[in-house]
Amino acid sequence: MSLRRPRFRTHIPVFLAPAVLIYTAFMIYPLLNSLWLSLTNNAAGQIPSFVGLQNYFTLFAREQWSAPFWNSLRNNAVFFLIHMVVQNPVGLFLAALLNTRIRGTWLYRTAIFVPTILSVVIVGFIWKLILNPAWGISRSLLQFVGLVALDKPWLGLESTALVTLSLISVWQNIGIPMLLFLAALIRIPDELVEAARVDGAGGWKIFWRIQLPLILPTVGIVSVLTFVGNFNAFELIYATQGALAGPNFASDILGTFFFRTFFGYQLQPADPFMGATIAGVMLVIILTGVLIYFYGWQRRMQRVRY
Amino acid sequence: MPKTHNAGPLKAVAAHVALLAYCAIALWPVLLIILNSFKDRLSIFSQPYAFPTGETFTLDGYKTLYSSARFDLYFLNSLLVTASSLVLILAFSSMAAFALAEYKFRLNALTGLYLAIGIMVPIRLGTVGILRIMVDLHLVNTLWSLILVYTTQGIPLAVFILTAFMRQLPKDLTDAARVDGASEYHIYLLILPLVRPAIGSVLAISMIPIWNDLWFPLILSPGESTKTLVLGAQAFLGEFVNDYNAVLAALTLAILPPVFLYLIFARQLVRGITAGAVK
Repeated sequence: MSLRRPRFRTHIPVFLAPAVLIYTAFMIYPLLNSLWLSLTNNAAGQIPSFVGLQNYFTLFAREQWSAPFWNSLRNNAVFFLIHMVVQNPVGLFLAALLNTRIRGTWLYRTAIFVPTILSVVIVGFIWKLILNPAWGISRSLLQFVGLVALDKPWLGLESTALVTLSLISVWQNIGIPMLLFLAALIRIPDELVEAARVDGAGGWKIFWRIQLPLILPTVGIVSVLTFVGNFNAFELIYATQGALAGPNFASDILGTFFFRTFFGYQLQPADPFMGATIAGVMLVIILTGVLIYFYGWQRRMQRVRY
Repeated sequence: MPKTHNAGPLKAVAAHVALLAYCAIALWPVLLIILNSFKDRLSIFSQPYAFPTGETFTLDGYKTLYSSARFDLYFLNSLLVTASSLVLILAFSSMAAFALAEYKFRLNALTGLYLAIGIMVPIRLGTVGILRIMVDLHLVNTLWSLILVYTTQGIPLAVFILTAFMRQLPKDLTDAARVDGASEYHIYLLILPLVRPAIGSVLAISMIPIWNDLWFPLILSPGESTKTLVLGAQAFLGEFVNDYNAVLAALTLAILPPVFLYLIFARQLVRGITAGAVK
């Protein structure tokens, strides 16, 4: 058969072309184009010219830009940390419960995953309504559990808006770590857990000494997915707080800052150059996270495994 | 009796209680919205937890929706964009995956790696560039701009999953077909039905982000005639903030399609998510 095959196998490029071309045209090229744009500016009102890293210096150091930039970066870091501290451990806990082989796990899993499939915009509005003092749902609920003193307009206060939004996002996205951890826990051979049990280890000890070490690769995947998702977030804040990410920018994250800069808002005209610069910073942050995962975490994991 | 690690009865009860409690946390906000969308304004506020009764039942919110926004059009737009993107994702990705899985050629590994960049790097970061291209191509405010972007967004993970799946197929299959004189294109068509489970997974994980996206409709096609359901709902909700009946009805309408799709595709979705993440 190899005789029949032409020397240059045309079918290979034919098979690859549509995917590679469309991906190059609408993903790689725009990314490079955006990066290039971040290195140019039309500061003097002239045609855009190459300015090196100047836009980045402006973003990091000039008061007018640096104040909102560092604010949104700090908020984004808090947003991410809350996911790491709340979403992933609780997701793991739910997965561990589902792994105990009780009845009806399929039903529980399906129910817990429902918020994850809803649009972030819709989730934002659902919680905006529920937390709105005008409807009073949160107040009546807190009254019910005897914590009415905690009732506040959580989304409306600078001190609580960001944490509240983070928790709404956790509520929505917890299904993903839950599923991934569950898949990892199910793959652990029964014999390992059994052997430990025979040796007298309790459930707690089995979890910490056997199950957790074995699912460490999944901990890495979940962390990097959380990282990428969080530093790319936008919709939840935009839907609940608007593009201004109020109150007083207390819930501004990189995604909303990027959106405002690129499209302009109220007082500030649209600035594609600085917008591209912010996207460039987001790209660097996300790539750093991904590279740390691949070279720092996954490699070490492989060494442990073999 | 063999020892299994089935939980003891007490522990099983504790697990049920904890899981039920979490299910309540996950579902009550959604149910509360749906429930109240069928009630009149007074009982929405006075008895938010009550089921609608003969007296309190109303479709006022849905009527407002119907008369003030083109939700049927938005729904159709979302459907068109999602379905077209999915067809293109599947067609292009399965072809590329077939080439990567079936043939040895010099750039094989590099092409795979190149396409894999998009799994981790969000396409959103190229928005500035994407908008410029769409302006140049006169595609702004058309559904094509969205279809192209979503197809691109879906390709990397789809190629990755399908390639992994096709590599597991026995080589004898394609070799036998070649002996019978089938062309390479024919062999590709023969392979497709064999990877149906993987195609289901790809469909399920690609579908929901496309249907639910706000970012690209907001930027590429905000015009009235090209609004998607999520963008239409977002605009409507912003405008009718104080009309609780209308807001609750809009939310309910936006909640139902993904939940419906999810109930159909739950199994494929679960498999897709785990297949995508477990390298």
